[in-house]
Amino acid sequence: MMELEIRPAPLRKTLLVPASRQKAFAVFAGRMHEWSPAVQSLLGGRRDIVIEGRPGGRWYEISADGAEADWGRVLAWEPPHRLLLAWQLDADFQYDPGLVTEVEVRFFEEEPRRTRIEFEHRHLERFGARAAEVAASLDGEGGWSGSFALYAALLGKEQEARHAAG
Amino acid sequence: MADHQAIFKALAEPSRCQIVEHLSREPLTVRQLTDRLPIGQSAVSQHLEVLRKAELVRFEPRGASNVYRIDPRGLGAVRAWLDRYWDEALGNYARLLEDGEDDDGT
Repeated sequence: MMELEIRPAPLRKTLLVPASRQKAFAVFAGRMHEWSPAVQSLLGGRRDIVIEGRPGGRWYEISADGAEADWGRVLAWEPPHRLLLAWQLDADFQYDPGLVTEVEVRFFEEEPRRTRIEFEHRHLERFGARAAEVAASLDGEGGWSGSFALYAALLGKEQEARHAAG
Repeated sequence: MADHQAIFKALAEPSRCQIVEHLSREPLTVRQLTDRLPIGQSAVSQHLEVLRKAELVRFEPRGASNVYRIDPRGLGAVRAWLDRYWDEALGNYARLLEDGEDDDGT
């Protein structure tokens, strides 16, 4: 069989903001509902996005009528240096407990009121591996299974994604 | 997402699956691929074009021909979707911090 390790590069972004690390961290983690694009609401009519300030905390949105929808969870909470989140929304913006990708945000003090932020969204191969798993379970023995399985093998990370889901 | 579907569509065709398998072992030219597959060179070229558009393979010129290999970016569509989302989100975030609020260190 194939032995492949083809992994899409992580998304990386660097930005400079005119704020202290404390402020930059607090706005990132505490006011996401003010900066996340509104169109991506899972519920329609979003009131808030909550990132609970502790490892293992929830990351979820609250709609105008009080319904909640998960985005993921907090993997590391280290204010004001670092935040590590599990992003568990699939490409249709649906929460999938079996999908775990990582968003890491690190804050570096350039000057007292100037912070450099290094952002990374990684393990993107898990989107493919997970899509392949789901498709295979829906598909049974159709012609699609082979291509999805190949795709999963290509992305080489099915085991890891399954493990992370467990 | 339509582009997401394109990746799976690209792989749903048996010949394209085979092409990806061959390229996963070693980079190859169109002619080398044609030698390994029961289809003609123009069919190979057409399949490669579909795979290239889905960002599953890429090529680079070597002499008179192009050498094809697996594109390690893979998942191009998903990546593009997240890239757009985070660009917009982080842009909003930076503007929020620039909007003259007192930096009280909280």
